[in-house]
Amino acid sequence: MPFTMTAAALKIDHLGKRFGATAAVDDLSLEIAPGEIFGLLGPNGAGKSTTINMITGVTRPQTGSVSVFGYDNRRQALIARRLVGVMHQEIVIDHFFTVRQAIRIHVGYYGLPDDPGWRATLIERLGLGPHLAKPLRELSGGMKRRFMIAKAMIHKPRLLILDEPTAGVDIELRRSLWEFVREINGQGTTVLLTTHYLEEAEKMCGRIAIMNRGRLVALEGKETLLNRLGGRRLIVTLAQPLATLPAALAEDRSLLSWDPDHLTFAVAGPGAVGERLRRLALGGLHIADLDMRKPDLEEVFLQLTGNGNHHPAAEP
Amino acid sequence: MTGPLPLPPFQPWLPFLTLLKREVLRFLRVSFQTLLAPVITASLYLFVFGATLGQRISVLEGFSYAQFVIPGLILMGIINNSFANTSTSLFMSRYLGNIVDLLVAPITAPQLILAYTLAAMLRGMLVGAVITLIALGFAPLPWVYPGLGLVMALLSSFLFAQFGLIAAIHANTFDALSMFTNFLLLPLIYFGGVFYPVSILPPFWEGLSRCNPLFYLIDGFRFALLGSGDNPFWLSFGISAAMAGGLFLWAALLIATGYRLRN
Repeated sequence: MPFTMTAAALKIDHLGKRFGATAAVDDLSLEIAPGEIFGLLGPNGAGKSTTINMITGVTRPQTGSVSVFGYDNRRQALIARRLVGVMHQEIVIDHFFTVRQAIRIHVGYYGLPDDPGWRATLIERLGLGPHLAKPLRELSGGMKRRFMIAKAMIHKPRLLILDEPTAGVDIELRRSLWEFVREINGQGTTVLLTTHYLEEAEKMCGRIAIMNRGRLVALEGKETLLNRLGGRRLIVTLAQPLATLPAALAEDRSLLSWDPDHLTFAVAGPGAVGERLRRLALGGLHIADLDMRKPDLEEVFLQLTGNGNHHPAAEP
Repeated sequence: MTGPLPLPPFQPWLPFLTLLKREVLRFLRVSFQTLLAPVITASLYLFVFGATLGQRISVLEGFSYAQFVIPGLILMGIINNSFANTSTSLFMSRYLGNIVDLLVAPITAPQLILAYTLAAMLRGMLVGAVITLIALGFAPLPWVYPGLGLVMALLSSFLFAQFGLIAAIHANTFDALSMFTNFLLLPLIYFGGVFYPVSILPPFWEGLSRCNPLFYLIDGFRFALLGSGDNPFWLSFGISAAMAGGLFLWAALLIATGYRLRN
């Protein structure tokens, strides 16, 4: 179903929450359009989970507001909750029930009659079939996480929030989960995703917000964000290990990092690569191999969250 | 042009019915602990007070001790199990974190209270019914006002279901929760006239016992079954109903405001 006639899938307006003296979320505003796969990234303690808890109503904000498809999540809480499915970061399960019972209970909590077709699809896609009769407490960690994904999707939410869905799960589930998320996104479900695996965010998300210490430090399209660092990366593998950095390179601000065997430069503009190679030759260094690649999200992330030691700009 | 999204179909009472079903399934799943154990405990009391002491002593004119104590034991089973059901279930959900499943679902605070309460009442009344059946083997009861007896049993069950919800929200540890049971509920039950009529106590202790809210529940129930009690029925019923209303409002306030449930 197209969403062009609707309000923002998620609108967060000047949201704030403090725990004692610590600002968990500080004046956060952002909008997610219907049909997006949106990434919310940040280091531990950045405020991502608190933000998600405020969206779903588990945590009450001290300032600001949240609306889901035009419905305020406090004044129209019951409607807003029907539209949202959330998979929380922490594994929480109901120890008394089997997988089959728990899934049926969850669809009932959302006021929807059981849809056997959709239930069967979720069970099949998440590989829960052989475990339906098992009590939830007897599932492995990975299976519990699969069950939590099924729980978040069982009422066919319009906005699906996945908080670290692939933490601690095997590669096969990751691959099949992302494939499934793309599929339901293609059918109109908006997705808000947090993950520590930045390559997953890079592959899945159209736009990405980065939070640090409760504040929004970036909110851009993925390509724009990746272009922030400018140019490409030139990785030089040296023929002989380097003990100390030659003077010709020590003052080169485009040198991002080095170890005895490798040098990594930021290069942008015409002649930049040639200039780097000329300086290497001046320093008497012999090259074993050269590699060129684009900067990845991890570099952008580290720079924006203050955990990297990049030079701010590349020299041509 | 923008506007709210058309909503999917919604059955407004289904979240309530689902939670009620979940709560009933929960106690049935551990029925040895939730149904059988309290019945065995009550049966032991019945054996001690019914088959052994019950025929030899009398504390109420015209009735054996067994006949006197049976209404109290039935109500004790109802009260303990109604309290245990809501307090354990809600506390475990908070402790294990799965309370978030309810907090993010479109279920209203009144629906949530009602579902927890009705499941607790069902468990309490089931235990009470089984104890009653067993008790009939020890001593016959006159069943003077059976309808009023049912009302008092339901009222007691409702009241302690609310108290269980309140305890589960206020307690942050298992120790704190067990304090509600061991240091509040049990003394109130034992000093509330289950095992003796408070009118036989010295005036000071009788006066103190009359401050115990449990006394009115037990006395009203006993009056309904035996036709004799320490208070007129209307007084026992009125005080019990007022307490039930007060505790319901307290529990409703806690749940509606999300106290200790939502951050």
